[in-house]
Amino acid sequence: MTTDTEPVVEKPPVRRRSGLPGWAVQALVSLSAIVLALVVGAVLIIIGDEKVKSASSYFFAAPGDTISAALTAVGDAYQALLVGAVGGLNPIAESLTQATPLICGGLAVSLAFRTGLFNIGAQGQLIVGAIFAAWVGFAWHLPVGIHLIIAVIAGIIGGAIWGGLVGLLKARTGAHEVIVTIMLNYVAIYLLQWLLTTSAFQRPGRTDPISPIVDSNAQYPQLSGNRLHLGFVLALVAAAFVWWLLNRSTVGFELRAVGANPDASRTAGMSVGRAYTIAMLVAGALAGLAGTQQVLGTDLPLTDGVAASVGFDSITVALLGRGTPVGTVLAGLLFGALNAGGLQMQLQTQTALTLTTVLQAVIVLFVAAPALVRSIFRFLPRERGLGAVLAKGWNG
Amino acid sequence: MKKYVGGLAAVSAIALTIAGCGSKPAEESSGSTANKDFNACMVSDSGGFDDKSFNQTSYKGLQDAVKDLGVTEKKAESKSDNDYPTNMNAMVAAKCNIIVPVGFKLADATEKAAKANSGIKFAIVDYNGFKAPIANVKPLVFNTAQSSFLAGYLAAGMSQSGKVGTFGGAQIPTVTIFMDGFAEGVAYYNKQKSKNVTVVGWDATTQKGLFTGDFESTSKGQQNAQNLITQGADIIFPVAGPAGIGGLQAAKASGGKVNAIWVDTDGCVSAADYCSVLLTSVFKGMDVAVEDAIKAAVENKFSNEEYVGTLANNGTGLSPYHDWDSKIPAELKSEIDQLKKDLIDGKVTVASKAQP
Repeated sequence: MTTDTEPVVEKPPVRRRSGLPGWAVQALVSLSAIVLALVVGAVLIIIGDEKVKSASSYFFAAPGDTISAALTAVGDAYQALLVGAVGGLNPIAESLTQATPLICGGLAVSLAFRTGLFNIGAQGQLIVGAIFAAWVGFAWHLPVGIHLIIAVIAGIIGGAIWGGLVGLLKARTGAHEVIVTIMLNYVAIYLLQWLLTTSAFQRPGRTDPISPIVDSNAQYPQLSGNRLHLGFVLALVAAAFVWWLLNRSTVGFELRAVGANPDASRTAGMSVGRAYTIAMLVAGALAGLAGTQQVLGTDLPLTDGVAASVGFDSITVALLGRGTPVGTVLAGLLFGALNAGGLQMQLQTQTALTLTTVLQAVIVLFVAAPALVRSIFRFLPRERGLGAVLAKGWNG
Repeated sequence: MKKYVGGLAAVSAIALTIAGCGSKPAEESSGSTANKDFNACMVSDSGGFDDKSFNQTSYKGLQDAVKDLGVTEKKAESKSDNDYPTNMNAMVAAKCNIIVPVGFKLADATEKAAKANSGIKFAIVDYNGFKAPIANVKPLVFNTAQSSFLAGYLAAGMSQSGKVGTFGGAQIPTVTIFMDGFAEGVAYYNKQKSKNVTVVGWDATTQKGLFTGDFESTSKGQQNAQNLITQGADIIFPVAGPAGIGGLQAAKASGGKVNAIWVDTDGCVSAADYCSVLLTSVFKGMDVAVEDAIKAAVENKFSNEEYVGTLANNGTGLSPYHDWDSKIPAELKSEIDQLKKDLIDGKVTVASKAQP
């Protein structure tokens, strides 16, 4: 992959460089990727639609039927998707709720990425964070306010331990973080499954793996009449913190320097190991925060499915967000809206829920291959810098 | 852009060639529409409606209700545990008359929605653990320990090696109930015949055994089955939904040495490729139970009384022997028929604590 794309970067620009700033170019590429994904999705909807299928059997007798059936199918599905995502107060609240853990998880992946680490372990860190937060939430009984704060801190610590461990192993022994995080994901999920069979975690009176619901004191306060909760605000605060950390703090400068070139950083007197450890510690903490948002916010007890696929979706969110805090928030919002809209779409038009997963995957596919998008949308200016970073891969 | 359009055109052309060129059919009316104002709704658990297991079987019950009663179907698939409250709210908003949540994972969401919407009826599959009965919630549960008892007896009677094996998807009561019944059936066979057939993969007294850890991974199912086969088992009883297919693959690969018994549905129908290695299947009549619950709701006869599928009401049992009909000794078959009667009459009882 690298050999294909890297020489292209060396060549003199084929096209005159546009006057657009870098972020605008990235935004354009991302937008084009979304448009392309919708086109691919439309094809899938048409193929899967029963009415289109039956109308196409007599296509040459009445071609209009097939075409109109296809247009109706796509139109109805995307309309339901849109309405389910942003058509009113409730859908918007649902989209934001769905986006909340994705933003925090995405930040966890982004931050590590900027330090040159590929954090596949957001899932495991999120699970451990959720275990800690849920346990404090249902096993302790504390006054209003304090309980929530302690439960959230517990979740953050849980995630930080799980993430920091990876950083420490990488710093001390050079163990590759991709391997370690993947393995720790398994450890976390099986730990959770085991804990849910113990009397400390299993809900009294239940025989299936489910924990008690956390005390109301430990739950994030609802922001409106629906499921949207304070965790969303925390997610935005976390994004602001990551932005500050990366762009305004000395530590963040070191992280970025190590991410750009560890050898040069070492020569310049920075401790690469320390940067790795800090990055994974903070990344784990962010994923742990996402874990608290699952168990303290959305009406869910701790179950073996508590993390859903949030930790893995976070990787795609971070990719789409180009590793920047702002981009990650926007990508998280988009994915949250797609998730919320997808539920509505399957309800109204019986379009399979997995279509939204396909849309998300295709978006990221196109974002990760900017050259492909540019060859389709010829007007897009050439990207500088980031395309090369993405093509180089993580932690080259 | 041109290239892209060209590609699309090519794809459509191929599709149309395949699609053929018949003439437009006249409008035809579909089945019964007697109760089309009655919304019968279903929410799946994270397995999805295509899980070849209990979601799919329950959904068949909804489809049967649409066909037989003419009700309008609405369904919401859940991709993860996150989706349960949302899907349940969406079904309430969609003006459902009856909502069928599939699986105990939806218990919390069902309880909440049922208490907030007393006008809507609920029939939850595989869960009866509410602290107190809820006026508008009917639990649909199944005593598959009884039918698995028969399967255990059959397996013990058919085993050449004197060892039979089982594994589960996860250690939850809806799974271990099968394994309990199976192990007890084997023990009963030993007692009756003074034989010593052993069960590997599950110990009903200590409640410890072999599990894949999920219901999706066929490769894990295959591994587990291989593990049992290595220990000498020649009849495998996988209770792991789609992951259990791996067990059937392992059995088929053994070239006749190892055979299996399927669960939930008649395996010769749902996994027809493996019919040749299936002695029988322990069916769990969720489709019938779901359709009956919907029917009762349509006819205003809905009650919150718990439905327990048993051998007696044919809510669970053994599927036909299909390919094995000629290979199973007639004597064994009649013993099983007798055992079934004894279980129904209570002359033989099953001890499993997982029973509803």
